[in-house]
Amino acid sequence: MDVITADKLTKRFGDFVAVDQISFSVKQGEIFGFLGANGAGKTTAMRMLTGLSRPTSGQAQVAGFDIYRDVEKIKRRIGYMSQKFSLYEDLTVSENIEFYGGVYGIKARDLRLKTSQLLSELGLQEVARTLVGSLPLGWKQKLAFSVAIMHDPALVFLDEPTGGVDPITRRQFWEMIYQAADRGVTIFVTTHYMDEAEYCDRISMMANGRIAALGTPQELREQFQAPDMNAIFLKIARGSQTA
Amino acid sequence: MTTHPPALVFDNIHKSFGPVTALEGVSLEIGRGELFGLIGPDGAGKTTLMRILTTLLLPDQGAAQVLGYDVIKQWRNIRREVGYMPGRFSLYQDLSVAENLHFFATLFGTTVAENYDLIRDIYEQLEPFRKRRAGKLSGGMKQKLALCCALVHRPQILFLDEPTTGVDPVSRQEFWQILNRLQDQGITIFVSTPYMDEASLCDRVALIQDGHFLAVDKPGALAASYEHPLYAVKARDRFRLLQDVRQWPPTYQAFPFGEQLHLSTRTEIDPQQLVGYLTQQGHQEITVTPTAPTIEDRFMELMTH
Repeated sequence: MDVITADKLTKRFGDFVAVDQISFSVKQGEIFGFLGANGAGKTTAMRMLTGLSRPTSGQAQVAGFDIYRDVEKIKRRIGYMSQKFSLYEDLTVSENIEFYGGVYGIKARDLRLKTSQLLSELGLQEVARTLVGSLPLGWKQKLAFSVAIMHDPALVFLDEPTGGVDPITRRQFWEMIYQAADRGVTIFVTTHYMDEAEYCDRISMMANGRIAALGTPQELREQFQAPDMNAIFLKIARGSQTA
Repeated sequence: MTTHPPALVFDNIHKSFGPVTALEGVSLEIGRGELFGLIGPDGAGKTTLMRILTTLLLPDQGAAQVLGYDVIKQWRNIRREVGYMPGRFSLYQDLSVAENLHFFATLFGTTVAENYDLIRDIYEQLEPFRKRRAGKLSGGMKQKLALCCALVHRPQILFLDEPTTGVDPVSRQEFWQILNRLQDQGITIFVSTPYMDEASLCDRVALIQDGHFLAVDKPGALAASYEHPLYAVKARDRFRLLQDVRQWPPTYQAFPFGEQLHLSTRTEIDPQQLVGYLTQQGHQEITVTPTAPTIEDRFMELMTH
């Protein structure tokens, strides 16, 4: 089953075409890497898929709902986490969980259960009443990810989730991603770490608003005759600059 | 004095913010003309150290000299001679590109024309936008303007706090090429980054974590000081592979590394042994080969010591 299908999805700002007729699909339980240079159109595409920006033209379904007509339904069926903004620093760990649970429409009784479950899974019971702002970055990111999937969404969007964390925490974070994908949660992730791109089942690379490459890491290495994702990325981004 | 003092010397620097210890006794000496990298995650203490060395923050303990000047007593001398590009964009958003540059030149009692040769390469890319307000520039252009403003008074040392964070691989590569050209002009560069792969682009690096230097050395020597036998392991089902490899008794640590796992073992192993074990566990397309450690491997080894 496809969790995302996009068909010639396009967004224009005046004369500028930020996203230019992109078509792709993402299967349930897949880890889908969404890469591209700064300004290639990734953020605009993500904003359309999460219902925050209305496309200029084209079609897309997310979690089975139409991105023009059922924006609010989509928002209930997806999770979102970014490095820049995810948790409220001046709320405690428990308060953040309760707040997001409420936003995602989890009922009060279920929420209490869910909160204690989540705290014990993450080993955060001790700091449940601590302000999130005073936690180490690695803990915050794990908590943010857990909060983003606590309402059992069909898919979760992760926008550069691992920026700035130490190499061990970064890898532990990816193990959480693998576990969630294993349970059937679809992962849509952007990153600037090219080694992380290799952890994805499939990768799309955008350049100038278009999808310039799409496939498994293995397929892309063969297609571009390049040893790793970094080399492919450089080839694609360079090519688009001279074009 | 017949010889120049080193570009940077600091000894046993401590700094706390309330209950949080940001730096816990770091010491280092950096020579003139070096391209030195401070490598570590967010919260390691990188920015605090930069701010102490650029005289924007006082250390609680310890001494530091920049170009032979004391960071506490002779801060005026230091400020004239160093360029600083902070991690957060700190130019005037409502001044144009040209106005920002002119402003910074004037602050240092110089003109853009006088030192134009130093920034020409970078500024030429900004030229088409010279009348645009700084706040309206793209991320990459802001970064280039900030670098021009940090260079316009021809500093002897350039401090760059995470110039490539959140920047895509292409722009990162270009930025490092710019740094190399500045180094060729004799400028000492002290740059911080959370990207381990950028370590290899520096002459020397310090690995920093929780306010401590884990190690200071040339990048090649750092990677080579890895203490365990290291193997690259591949199989079709990577998530299960990771779990199974961790259960294998000779395993010291196993981490995902791109499409492979990096497995460190307590003693040398025969790769065929591991292939046998993984075959038993039902894995397919198994390869196990000895591999050369990277800086990132070494960083993780030092973190878990």
